[in-house]
Amino acid sequence: MTHTTPAAAKTSYREAVRLALCEAMRADPRVFLMGEDVGRYGGCYAVSKGMLDEFGPERVRDTPLSESAFVGAGIGAALGGMRPVVEIMTVNFSLLALDQIVNNAATLLHMSGGQCNVPLVIRMATGAGRQLAAQHSHSLECWYAHVPGLRVMAPATVADARGMLGTALRQPDPVVIFEHVMLYAVEEDLPASAGAVDIDHAAVRRKGRDVSLITYGGSLPKVMAAAATLAAEGIEAEVLDLRTLRPLDDEAIVATVRRTRRAVVVDEGWRSVGLAAEVSARIVEQAFFDLDAPIRRVCSAEVPIPYARHLEQAALPQAETIAAAARELVAPHG
Amino acid sequence: MPSLGADMESGRLLEWRVKPGDAVHRGDIVAVVDTDKAAIEIEVFCDGVVEKLLVPAGEQVPVGTPLALIRAAAEPAVQAGEIRQVPAAAAPPSPAGPAPQPASQPSPSPGASVTAAGPRASPAARKLARERGVDLAAIAGTGPDAAITVADVERAGAAAPPPVSAMRRTIAAAMSRSKREIPHYYLGTSIDLQPAVAFLEARNAARPVTERLLPAALLIKAVALACREVPEMNGHFADGAFAPSAEVRLGFAVALRGGGLVAPALPAPDRQALDEVMRMLRDVVERARAGRLRSSEIAGQTITVTSLGDRGVESVFGVIHPPQVALVGFGRIAERPWVHDGKVLVRPAVHASLSADHRVSDGHRGAVFLEAVARFLQRPEGL
Repeated sequence: MTHTTPAAAKTSYREAVRLALCEAMRADPRVFLMGEDVGRYGGCYAVSKGMLDEFGPERVRDTPLSESAFVGAGIGAALGGMRPVVEIMTVNFSLLALDQIVNNAATLLHMSGGQCNVPLVIRMATGAGRQLAAQHSHSLECWYAHVPGLRVMAPATVADARGMLGTALRQPDPVVIFEHVMLYAVEEDLPASAGAVDIDHAAVRRKGRDVSLITYGGSLPKVMAAAATLAAEGIEAEVLDLRTLRPLDDEAIVATVRRTRRAVVVDEGWRSVGLAAEVSARIVEQAFFDLDAPIRRVCSAEVPIPYARHLEQAALPQAETIAAAARELVAPHG
Repeated sequence: MPSLGADMESGRLLEWRVKPGDAVHRGDIVAVVDTDKAAIEIEVFCDGVVEKLLVPAGEQVPVGTPLALIRAAAEPAVQAGEIRQVPAAAAPPSPAGPAPQPASQPSPSPGASVTAAGPRASPAARKLARERGVDLAAIAGTGPDAAITVADVERAGAAAPPPVSAMRRTIAAAMSRSKREIPHYYLGTSIDLQPAVAFLEARNAARPVTERLLPAALLIKAVALACREVPEMNGHFADGAFAPSAEVRLGFAVALRGGGLVAPALPAPDRQALDEVMRMLRDVVERARAGRLRSSEIAGQTITVTSLGDRGVESVFGVIHPPQVALVGFGRIAERPWVHDGKVLVRPAVHASLSADHRVSDGHRGAVFLEAVARFLQRPEGL
């Protein structure tokens, strides 16, 4: 475990999540972690490695393989005054807990006439790219972003992985945090002073004037790579990281489109009825007369995500397909 | 295509009101033409039968282009070359003006793709084109699917005339010419309207609102009568000489709701009863605002009256519309302290101003003219 860090140390995304969990548990005795293999095994993605030793089995709890049961238990604990962090191994398995999340966590405040809020944080891994085949490669963030009563976040940087959890735990209502499986190993400089961050606003990760690349989560590194490729060709792309998927930061979305007049929305979810569609609709609703080109979406192919590496890579948004979409929108002369 | 203004080079035929085979009579409305200023109804100036329409609706053609062939009533048969053209109901072409040029029609640009709704252009490009008055049909698109982009509009806008409406340009041309060529002098006087107001009250007392006489009718008639006494105010200055007009064709300035103005002619208001002047005034103002003036009504005015009193101003310092030589402006009719027989009374009064062409008349004649206007307004029952 990394308890002490120099002024700005190379920190991995998974370490950043662990730092945030440890900080929250040290600061607030109501906070505890539970989920499949989070204790003795240290977490499927090694996020909670070593935490059992520090916090003990009462606060780092291994659960049975029953997502509905342990998410329901988390809701009960939240109603009872605790601040549970429930880890669902991946979004793929969260479908078994949809009833608890959508019917209970998201609605209890409303159904109780404002008496019972549910301060629950659910973390889950999402996305493809690890050759885990169709059943373990879903990107279903949009399912949760559809539901009033939930707040949905997708930290795409080490700093956000470090900072979003603390802010989420201060929310009175349920928060779902998506951690993309391809981000856990990403390392970035993280200042020792890094802490809780704002979760209300999207962030411009790169300034540009020619086209806006709007994305979130695991697609951000690909989009940044596409922007670098485009810059070498003289196309200055602006990159907007949505960060929070519900509620969406309309102001930031519209602002970047007003600046560049062109938008490519990149989303690892499937194109149909997805987050990219939602972002596109909001642009058309609020910035139609600022558009100088049709909106382009770069999403996953509408197939079950393949196992074979070359097919899996072909099905997902890639830096080159993102750059190609941007090139189409930016007129050769203009 | 008749010339419907000194600066008109071409017009767009909006619609035909007749078809081949129709009998037409002098004065009939045969077509509607879109000029820089408004949609104008075109009259025919002979009797006959429409033989052939030469210009399809929607087409823009240079001034002087034959629009249709009309067989005169007496002509027995149609033979090529023996067909009379529709005479242009036109103001004489401006002597300084250029001969009609072939219309500079925007050539369809090979690069721009065109959809049923017009050229393919992005929403932002359409918005910018509207703001800058850029014609999308004349631009080649460089965006996706050859759509016109903001950058394309900006490039075209840099080469295009400044972003002003056609009417604004027309007014700008006429007023610039006026201030460039006409040495204006200005006179002003306050006129007691007590008798006129009393006269109108008595006359209107028993009338429905829609038939009431408005003060403008009196002002117009007084100006028209004064023109008879001081003919230097009524006519045209052209080719370095003033040609007084025997008839008074009084233009009355009408502000349009969409911006700009037009001054349709009231024919011979000096010879019409007040009620007829009022009827003509209502009619042209209504049609001017609806964009439905006739070609004969926007040409050949010999003097202009503008009344800005309803906007609350006291005085008008007008710019003469060339080739006219005078413009009379009226401000607000308001109660003012008025010395009469050694006593200060409250009387309704108006400030009348005269802008006149010093090449044609001097201040003394202008003063005589304004004095005549004031005098006529003291005896409204004689108007």
